[in-house]
Amino acid sequence: MSKIGLIIKREYTTRVKKKSFIIMTILGPILFAALMITPAILMQMEDDEFKKIAVIDETAVYIDVLKDTKYIEFTNVSGSYYDAATVSYDLTKAKADLKESDYYALLYIPHTATQSKNGEVVVYSYNSPNVGLNMHIANLVEKQTEYVRLQMLMDEFGLKESAVDSVLSVVNSNINVVTSSLGEDGSEQESFAEVNMVLGYICGFLIYMFVFMYGSQVMRGVIEEKTSRIIEVIVSSVKPFELMMGKVIGIALVGLTQFLLWVVLTGGIVTVAQSIVLKDYNPSQMAPQTMSVGSQLDNSGVVPDEQAMKFEKAFQSIYSINFVEIIVYFIIYFLGGYLLYAAMFAAIGSAVDNEADTQQFMLPITLPLVLGLFVMMSAMKNPNGSLAYWFSLIPFTSPIVMMARIPYEVPFIDKAISVTLLIGTFIFMTWFAAKIYRVGILMYGKKVTYKELWKWFRYKN
Amino acid sequence: MNTYSLVAENIEKKFANHLALDDVSIEVPQGSIFGLLGPNGAGKTTLIRIINQITAPDKGQVYINGEKLCSKHIADIGYLPEERGLYKKMKVGEQALYLCQLKGMSKNDALIGLKLWFEKFEIQNWWDKKVEELSKGMQQKVQFIITVLHKPRLLIFDEPFSGFDPINANMLKEEILELKKNGSTIIFSTHNMSSVEEICDYIALINKSKKILDGSIDSIRKTYASDIYEINYSGYFNKLGTTLTSDYKIIEINETNGGGKIKVEVLNKEMGGNDLITRMTNFGTITTFQKHLPGMNDIFIKVVGDTNAITEQN
Repeated sequence: MSKIGLIIKREYTTRVKKKSFIIMTILGPILFAALMITPAILMQMEDDEFKKIAVIDETAVYIDVLKDTKYIEFTNVSGSYYDAATVSYDLTKAKADLKESDYYALLYIPHTATQSKNGEVVVYSYNSPNVGLNMHIANLVEKQTEYVRLQMLMDEFGLKESAVDSVLSVVNSNINVVTSSLGEDGSEQESFAEVNMVLGYICGFLIYMFVFMYGSQVMRGVIEEKTSRIIEVIVSSVKPFELMMGKVIGIALVGLTQFLLWVVLTGGIVTVAQSIVLKDYNPSQMAPQTMSVGSQLDNSGVVPDEQAMKFEKAFQSIYSINFVEIIVYFIIYFLGGYLLYAAMFAAIGSAVDNEADTQQFMLPITLPLVLGLFVMMSAMKNPNGSLAYWFSLIPFTSPIVMMARIPYEVPFIDKAISVTLLIGTFIFMTWFAAKIYRVGILMYGKKVTYKELWKWFRYKN
Repeated sequence: MNTYSLVAENIEKKFANHLALDDVSIEVPQGSIFGLLGPNGAGKTTLIRIINQITAPDKGQVYINGEKLCSKHIADIGYLPEERGLYKKMKVGEQALYLCQLKGMSKNDALIGLKLWFEKFEIQNWWDKKVEELSKGMQQKVQFIITVLHKPRLLIFDEPFSGFDPINANMLKEEILELKKNGSTIIFSTHNMSSVEEICDYIALINKSKKILDGSIDSIRKTYASDIYEINYSGYFNKLGTTLTSDYKIIEINETNGGGKIKVEVLNKEMGGNDLITRMTNFGTITTFQKHLPGMNDIFIKVVGDTNAITEQN
């Protein structure tokens, strides 16, 4: 085996055998999968528990819309607490009774609820607050308030009652923006901008994270060799450049291994978890619950169908994404970006005696990377704007910014220019960094400045 | 047949603002132990790094066994640097294998060789230990094995004894002499002058980037011998003062029971050993008569001190 091969092998095997690598590789996908699945699980869990809700409705206009669902049962208890003498409801007694009863909570709707735009209803409960329940109630009460207030308004202007429904159907208009990407061959594909945006963000951020994570591993490796003083033994056997490149390539392979394992494991976990947790999950089922108030209106049938269609389209959109293309470009840009920065990380590591001293030289690395991250965020909103365009060509930011653009269709020429520039720059940076590295690794106890680094760069051999 | 294992000719190396080596030439005879001496910062390490091809000289040429130094010679040289260490988190055996393979050995050869050395030093049970679990001295032993395992014809030890206790230092000395006996040439850089006297055949002394002295130990010590004689003597010590007049100076007398030791310096350069013997035999018997040879330590201090004085004058 060639010497550089030996070095790559050592850098690779010592790292993938580390506990931290194994833990990260396994935990990563679990975390990703959890992020994707938890909301769905939580939604199911909330609904699982059967709750009885007592209602005191001073207005008497809400009780009819508080329809029971599979898990929530509303009971009108207003009559039990009405005190005819004072013409009011005995809320204190109701609260006291709640403790002994089997009601989960008491919903109190004061007579003021319909009088203003920002009315207030109260849920009293001895149990912990339940966001899902509150949202469900708010949803129902809000719609009804709108309806009642609108009715009062109509009366005032002497309009027919049936006009309310017509007005409401106009007010509740729901416009879906469907993006249709046109392929170069003239084909049309409906896509969801939101899905692409999230995907682009994840890809760009992962590149940022990987470059930083594995770049600093290169730096730490160099510092380790310096501080343990093994460096002189090694450079008497191999050229400093071989050692540096062996380290850079070995760690790149570690990064690729981790990424591919993440892709495979995340895919596996999500598929398995979906089939277990969401086995009875069906997008159209969600509609009736979220839009239950619609059923009270005459035009009820239309809205849930649209909602279901939107979900279905979103899912279709996810499935229609060309994941293979994204993974291929991710690997290209990860490697390009990593190689560009890893050489700089190696040069910094060689210049210092310990990790604490690296801070002063980190600016040339962190500045463009963080800038890339910020540009990426704006590029997500406008992937073909001039800001996104230029920063996806500039090599120091292109790996991050271009990854955010890739889920949208990017012209091939853009990608070609960007990749070519990236390759050219990383070759130049490697050459530049190697010149500093070969001097730096044998220097100890020197307070190094940028001026000093420049001097090292100009040394012969 | 070429008798020099290593020849360095007119080496010059300049760093940004100082000259590290100025026209330095050394010749290391085959099969010898060659001491590379000099104060800190004289340029020894730079010269060693040039021989190891870690840096290249600005001027001059290095020859190994008559051939111009090139990358194939890496396998012929074993180097134990002064600043030495190992990967702390790596296992001893794995690491030794790795470093030997980097020197160009096959994995199999390295494995066989390492097993032999580990048995010899009785350290087989270190194989699977992490380096950080070993003491400094133990790490030095491992490092020594790694340096010599590929049977290099030229070995370079930079301060090899630092970090060893006296027992292990002695063991190391024996190993170095053994390597010499097996035909290796050894370049040996140290500040420890007593070990130089003990094991070196030749030396070169570098001070302030320049070579200021070289040759075999014996000839150097003879050159720097002052006119001091050490005499074992029995006779009338009290009469010596009268016969050794102003031409001589008695430095030391250790009289014990009629016999004793006496150290005399010849002040008048026209007098010599023979005259001294004649004078002394008048009052007693000389059992041994020896010219006093200065230690390398004295020579080192004298020569370095002298050249420093000269450069300061200029």
